[in-house]
Amino acid sequence: MHFRTQTSPHMTPAHNVGQVMRRVLYALVPGTLAMAWYFGWGVLINVALAVVLAVGLEALMLVLRRRPVIPTLSDYSAVVTGWLFALALPPLTPWWVTLVGVGFAIVVAKHLYGGLGYNPFNPAMVGYVVVLLSFPREMTLWLPPMPLSEVSFGPMQALAAIFLGQLPPGLTWDAITTATPLDLMKTELGRNLTITEIRDNPLFGDFSGKGWEWIGNWFLLGGIALLFMRVITWHIPVAVLGGLAVTAGLFWIVDPDAYASPAFHVFSGAAILGAFFIATDPVSASTTPMGRILYGLGIGVLIYVIRTWGNYPDAVAFAVLLMNMAAPTIDHYTRPRVFGQKPPRRENGGTP
Amino acid sequence: MLAATLAISTLAAVFGLLLGYSAVRFRVESDPVVDQIDALLPQTQCGQCSYAGCRPYAEAIAAGEADINRCPPGGEATVLALADLLGRDPKPVEGETKPPSVAIIDEQVCIGCTLCIQACPVDAILGAAKQMHTVIESECTGCELCIEPCPVDCIYMVPIAPDISTWKWPFPAGETQSADREAVSS
Amino acid sequence: MTEQAHKLHRFHGGLHLPRHKEESTRDPVLPMRIPARLIVPLRQHIGESAEACVAPGDRVNKGQLIGRCDTYVGAAVHAPTSGRVVEIADHPVPHPSGLSAPCVVIEPDGRESWGESRLPPIEDYLDADPVSLRNRIREAGIVGLGGAAFPSAVKITPRPGQTLDCLVINGAECEPYITCDDSLMRTHARGVIEGIRILMQALKPRCCLIGIEDHMSGAIAAMRDALGGDEAHGIRIVPIPSLYPAGGERQLIQVLTGREVPSQGLPADIGIVCQNVGTAYAIYRAVAHGEPLISRIITVTGKGVQHPRNLEVLIGTPIADLVAAAEGYTDEVSRLIMGGPMMGFALQSDAIPVVKGTNCILAASHEDVAPPGPVMPCIRCGQCAEVCPAQLLPQQLYWFARAKDFDKAQDYSLFDCIECGCCAYVCPSNIPLVQYYRFAKNEIWAQERERRKADIARERHEFRQARLEQEEREKAERLARKKAALAAKQDDTADDPKKAAIQAALERAKARKAAQEAEQMSAEKADKEPSG
Ligand code: SF4
Ligand code: SF4
Ligand code: SF4
Ligand code: SF4
Repeated sequence: MHFRTQTSPHMTPAHNVGQVMRRVLYALVPGTLAMAWYFGWGVLINVALAVVLAVGLEALMLVLRRRPVIPTLSDYSAVVTGWLFALALPPLTPWWVTLVGVGFAIVVAKHLYGGLGYNPFNPAMVGYVVVLLSFPREMTLWLPPMPLSEVSFGPMQALAAIFLGQLPPGLTWDAITTATPLDLMKTELGRNLTITEIRDNPLFGDFSGKGWEWIGNWFLLGGIALLFMRVITWHIPVAVLGGLAVTAGLFWIVDPDAYASPAFHVFSGAAILGAFFIATDPVSASTTPMGRILYGLGIGVLIYVIRTWGNYPDAVAFAVLLMNMAAPTIDHYTRPRVFGQKPPRRENGGTP
Repeated sequence: MLAATLAISTLAAVFGLLLGYSAVRFRVESDPVVDQIDALLPQTQCGQCSYAGCRPYAEAIAAGEADINRCPPGGEATVLALADLLGRDPKPVEGETKPPSVAIIDEQVCIGCTLCIQACPVDAILGAAKQMHTVIESECTGCELCIEPCPVDCIYMVPIAPDISTWKWPFPAGETQSADREAVSS
Repeated sequence: MTEQAHKLHRFHGGLHLPRHKEESTRDPVLPMRIPARLIVPLRQHIGESAEACVAPGDRVNKGQLIGRCDTYVGAAVHAPTSGRVVEIADHPVPHPSGLSAPCVVIEPDGRESWGESRLPPIEDYLDADPVSLRNRIREAGIVGLGGAAFPSAVKITPRPGQTLDCLVINGAECEPYITCDDSLMRTHARGVIEGIRILMQALKPRCCLIGIEDHMSGAIAAMRDALGGDEAHGIRIVPIPSLYPAGGERQLIQVLTGREVPSQGLPADIGIVCQNVGTAYAIYRAVAHGEPLISRIITVTGKGVQHPRNLEVLIGTPIADLVAAAEGYTDEVSRLIMGGPMMGFALQSDAIPVVKGTNCILAASHEDVAPPGPVMPCIRCGQCAEVCPAQLLPQQLYWFARAKDFDKAQDYSLFDCIECGCCAYVCPSNIPLVQYYRFAKNEIWAQERERRKADIARERHEFRQARLEQEEREKAERLARKKAALAAKQDDTADDPKKAAIQAALERAKARKAAQEAEQMSAEKADKEPSG
């Protein structure tokens, strides 16, 4: 009897990249819903629009590059990219901003570099930085979170705002938008107010922005689920948040009135989302255990530095992209000690 | 302004010196480039590169007279290795590459003319005048230089049969979404 | 050492795999009928092939030497049963390539007669001279039965001036499906223990540890019984946690002793020798009963056979006969694997014989071994690095192997990869990582072979060049001498002696110049020759 041969290992569980990416999507759900709760329908419309655009552009690029479309689309990586990009947008962002951002993310940052697995930069963050630099006004149109906002947008009104740029009668953009807590902190500190004074603003909650801190919590929940599903390892999120908190803590101890508290930093902006979902994008991150810690610490510190002394209030995207650049070098210098090779480390010291 | 100019020129000077120093050191420590090139050539001595053997070809490459893609027995691997050594761009091999082979003399037909012995660049053929000749298989480089001179055409090239000790695992089949191979190998 | 022995250590990574061991352990080991034909490969071990010392048509006794191997790393081959040699020819042998190699084909006569061929038993083996024990192990053609088939006699020959710290006996059997060592320990625990004691007599180690995976409770109990407790005669039985690949030599040594075999080194470098339980039993049979290695226990399992079980099989039995003894294939059979599902290799045909190193025949169904999913690009998730017991970075190795950047791959310790397959098992992109590493290793070896060949060719070519020049020079000299002689003759007859003298001087100068030139050329040649 004759048989077909195959290379070992013969026993492999059924798994695929799509599974990994789908788990990331599940984990994004609670945070996204929380965000929609605080900022209205616009969030969901943004996500849906970005996902549709991302998948469509991915399919287009695959056809242009003559690659099989269906197996690659089913890896869900475009969905993740679109979704993450959308979460960085203000709730009523005009549709063309999303189009430009997702276009850059999928076409330039992903496919011009060779597609999934070959992109040195996190596509979603490339897209975000491009729109942030190109459309600074549109990217600051944040609404106040739900408990503070006087107007609430129904789904049709949100659609109108996003696609037609039309607000419900009697409203102007200036009237409904407000600064994010990070923006506020920055401008007010620039005016030499102390933290205590700034925090009197109704925008702030227990330790960060009202609403924002809860969104952070929900993303944290999803992130922890990812850890348990073993989609990501603890190294990057812990290092990002640790790096951010420790740096913030140092300055805060020195002068708590001039520098915001670590808790404020951790629960503001996209820090948690970034630590668990963006910095952990495996393709563009470091891949050695030690390297991941360094990479995460770098992101954490850079977030603080850019937030505090840079021009932009939030910094996750810049920090991630900067560390993406450093990842190959970090990997090269943080190769784990190979079994049986010097330098000798403590026995049984193998941490998984 | 002056200070900045000074600083920059000092820096430039220091780096220039460093670079120059390391270049000198590097040259002193390494083998002559001809030897390095020769070490990468397969030593088949077949002359398909249009030189009289591997060493003359190596000399020609070192002198910048010859391209690095002229050696068919070496194949792609040799071109890549040479490109790497010399910092030139790899090119496809010129000429036809064949599977590795050895010469076999049909001993029934051989008339013992010794012409093949004279042609063989590595003395891989045994025999004396008027006696039949044989090829020492393990020494034969497969250069085919002995084929032409044989007056009775009794020398054949046979591909080396795969055996267990030289068998190689093949390169695995590619990705479903095969990414740009070129991007990786360059 | 002994006090710490029960303290277990951990190796990096590893996998908890489904075990699938129950199927083949329900029934006791079945001694197989003698098959109609035995195909005994002459090379069943690492090292040089043995050379046939029988001829077609010869009658052989059971246990008679049929393949002699005089190289240091090599093993003799014996007739598994009595019968007639029908041919000595190339047959497909167990190898991933499916290629053929020389085999002795024997038609058994069914009499199982030993004739004079049994080696004299060494009765007092616990007092025997280590050298005589080693010689016996060599004579009996014993190789490592765990799968690698390294000649045992070589492994237990101590290096001069080295004291052996620890003898590690491998009963871990960490791969799924395989239960031959488990069955062996349950049925022949005494023999295994005696074999270990022979090894201790030959090696004189300071201690001896038997590592057995903790789920093999039957085997552990039987071994305890045979030893008379957990520890006796300086031997200690240590149950170890089940974690693939705990049965890898390096991993087992780390688990039991906490020490790492140096990269590219051998256990002997840290004073350890590791032997499989099956090898220990074979040694016992060879020493105490004078039987060379001609049979072994093999697991036949998987959903592809009707009745998975362990068989006691003569070496050289075609796999088809083993399957028949397991009541034949089921309809589901889709892949035939020699060895386990993680490190074994797939076979093209069941006409291939089993060899000394064969521990398992896995006739697998799609349920056992799912066809791999679509291969996607590496997403650098690092899961492979998490499970790699050699602490490598499989994703980087893959990258370099794929780009054929072999220098870089070696820089990332390609040769420390034990090909355990953990990385490919967890890879979400279904990349055949292990095949990439094998490909890269094979290419590097091939390049080395080629380089050696090229060096020889260069040397021979240069030698020939030198010889040709020498001949040329001699010819030139001869010619010059002739001319000079001619000129001298002319000298006598010439009417103008002065002119003739000038002519002669000119000739001489020319000859000298030619000779010098030739010399210079060859000197140049010599300069260019690589030194060293
Ligand atoms: S073609 Fe290659 S093998 Fe033949 S002589 Fe030239 S360099 Fe040598
Ligand atoms: S025997 Fe013929 S093919 Fe072989 S090396 Fe000599 S000349 Fe070349
Ligand atoms: S497990 Fe597979 S996809 Fe993940 S890093 Fe390793 S090779 Fe790449
Ligand atoms: S096959 Fe090699 S690289 Fe992969 S896990 Fe095993 S030792 Fe590591």
